[in-house]
Amino acid sequence: MQKIIKYVITDILRNKIVIAYTLLLLIISFSVFNLEDNTSKGLLSLMNIVLIVVPLICIIFSTIYVYNSSEFIELLVSQPLQRKHIWISLFAGMAIALTLSFFIGVGIAVFIYSFTPTGIILVGVGLILTLIFVAIALLAAVYTRDKAKGIGIAVLLWLYFSLIFDGLVLFILFQFADYPLEKPMLLLSGLNPIDMGRILILLKMDVSALMGYTGAVFQSFFGTTYGFIITILVMLLWMIIPVSLSLRKFKRKDL
Amino acid sequence: MIIATNVTKKFGRLVALNNVSATCNKGECIALIGPNGSGKTTLVKSILGMVVPDSGFITFNSKNILHDWLYREHIGYMPQIGRYPENMTIGQVLNMMKDIRSKCSNYSLDEDLVNAFKLPDLLKKRMRTLSGGTTQKVSASLAFLFNPDVLILDEPTAGLDPVASEILKEKIIAEKQKGKLVLITSHILSELDDLVTQVIYMQDGNLVFHKSIELLREDTGEEKLSKAIASVMQKNR
Repeated sequence: MQKIIKYVITDILRNKIVIAYTLLLLIISFSVFNLEDNTSKGLLSLMNIVLIVVPLICIIFSTIYVYNSSEFIELLVSQPLQRKHIWISLFAGMAIALTLSFFIGVGIAVFIYSFTPTGIILVGVGLILTLIFVAIALLAAVYTRDKAKGIGIAVLLWLYFSLIFDGLVLFILFQFADYPLEKPMLLLSGLNPIDMGRILILLKMDVSALMGYTGAVFQSFFGTTYGFIITILVMLLWMIIPVSLSLRKFKRKDL
Repeated sequence: MIIATNVTKKFGRLVALNNVSATCNKGECIALIGPNGSGKTTLVKSILGMVVPDSGFITFNSKNILHDWLYREHIGYMPQIGRYPENMTIGQVLNMMKDIRSKCSNYSLDEDLVNAFKLPDLLKKRMRTLSGGTTQKVSASLAFLFNPDVLILDEPTAGLDPVASEILKEKIIAEKQKGKLVLITSHILSELDDLVTQVIYMQDGNLVFHKSIELLREDTGEEKLSKAIASVMQKNR
């Protein structure tokens, strides 16, 4: 298994996209911190960029990569290797490469300029989001044979998680404005890993007061250690479920 | 060695394999013959576990292959169209396969074909720049590289030049004489004449017959395999 991971990572490093992604993140994070003299303001702008860019790049790169390694997968499947190991290694290889480049691209700047609990949580959320969106990409790629369709689905999924979902939440909020919605909002936010990440970071920034009563409910749940652990667990589920679903499909896939 | 029992596989509405049963034993050289789209490649791929049958099962050395993967260390497979990671060089592909198989119980290298095809001169070439014939040479070398007990060759000589296909044929005969099981699918029947001992004929996903070549010659009254099969195909039409 380590051998396959090794080949996947060397292959990813050979095509320069991941290096370009690292440089992009480095430039963004350093320029954000240099533009703002207040580091917590810088952190806020960085958060907004990270929550948009990281899922997008991770899901699209991983989907395309899975399609492009179809030859590699085909070659390995006819060898004495377990399909499970091939698939998990593919996931691990992409996840390691992308988390590493996120850690270098954003982690370094955050640790230099703003080594605070908020900064650490921002880096942590970015890392988990990377894993989640690589996992979702695997799921999108294994269910569609057609490359263009698969990439289209990946883009739609990203659009859903970063824009459409928020629109739906707003719609529900306005439609049911007469009802107490604070508790359901907690559950709803669990349906979107990007939202969970945003809430985690915002609450650490102490701007929850700006969110009114909902903010107070969020604070009383996400702000506690208990709520924090639950959130991390739910986010991990967002990684584990797509990976295991895609694995089940891949095990019986005809190549 | 390999026993397929009532294997059925459908791709949507198309029935690729319809209740196919076959037994392949050590020391045999079996030709899989049939028109295009008769299910030969699907059968080969289900033996390798690349295609999962809808029903029926396949055993290798009397072990079901469904949840097994180690049996593949006894198989050398040469695909019809070899697809390899495009960015890798020939040398990297060869090394990767050696690396992956290095833990297998019967690891021993047989580099006859690698040398006969003069691949060491091309080690630095990337897979995407190779011609179809050179890719086939790489596929053939990989199939024979690990001294497998079973060789599965899907259209081995398609795309090879006469010299290379002669080299490959001699290698197949040499391996057959060592008592290995060889499964070949091919349309160039004249080449199979001096190779095969058994013939499996398939049509529309059905296994029409599985006979030894002597019996086939007797039944059809033809000496040449190509003529014998032609008479069979005419009868079945």
